[in-house]
Amino acid sequence: MSDYYSSYGVVLAVLTAGALLVAVAFTTARLVAPNAPNREKLTTYECGIDPVGDGWSQSHVRYYVYGFLFVIFDVESVFLFPWARVLESIGYAAVVEMTIFIGILAVGLLYAWRKGVLRWA
Amino acid sequence: MSAQEYAFTVLAVVGGLSAIAVVTARNVVHAALYLVVTLLSVGGVYLLLGAEFVAWVQILIYVGAIVILFLFGLMLTKAPIGRDTLDNQQRWLGALVGVGVFAGLVFLIQEAFPVQDAERFETFHATTDAVGESIFRNYVLPFEAVSFLLLAALIGAIVLARKDDAS
Repeated sequence: MSDYYSSYGVVLAVLTAGALLVAVAFTTARLVAPNAPNREKLTTYECGIDPVGDGWSQSHVRYYVYGFLFVIFDVESVFLFPWARVLESIGYAAVVEMTIFIGILAVGLLYAWRKGVLRWA
Repeated sequence: MSAQEYAFTVLAVVGGLSAIAVVTARNVVHAALYLVVTLLSVGGVYLLLGAEFVAWVQILIYVGAIVILFLFGLMLTKAPIGRDTLDNQQRWLGALVGVGVFAGLVFLIQEAFPVQDAERFETFHATTDAVGESIFRNYVLPFEAVSFLLLAALIGAIVLARKDDAS
């Protein structure tokens, strides 16, 4: 158990080092860089072109379906991790179980495809 | 205090403060981003409890996917941002429900895991192997049922989001 915590101590150290790196870089930039703002400089940078419209714009509902598909298959992929760990000890039974699981979800993907929501028209 | 207790205190304070920020933020997008911090803290607490797999699932699914879905949902709405439009007049009712849920959870958890038994759980560490063993050996049927749940959610989302060309 103490092994477990000390191994996450390494993760914590990496996270701290990463946060420090960003903090130091930004603080140094703020201290060292000259600061002479004007109206042009303070506009939102949008690929070098003058920004058009508001920051808040409504997007099409079809993006939501893609987001939702991502969530569904994200949940599916989470089950693959413990499955991969026990595949060797359980054997073919585990393969069949996972095939059924993915097969049922594939029906959903097939439905999405047949209904044409995957087509970018 | 041990290192774990210090870590828990930090996570609890950060998680609690960002949870308050979620409901008080004036901008809904900021609220969603504060939610990321809250969910990360919850993930950290799971890690401290030795539930490694659950912790990473929490971060992968909630931070990586659910919040993305929230942000997509926000982008779809024409929601005006501002205090008046986000607030409604049911604060006291909300507070009452919140206190009720908190009291209920404290009671249930206290009944299920009494403080006297805390030593029993001290060396508990659920490995991914153990999770896999229990899902793919003992709980195969619930696991397959999950796929039907996901399928139903997927088809429901498509039916709601699709523009029907035929009719």
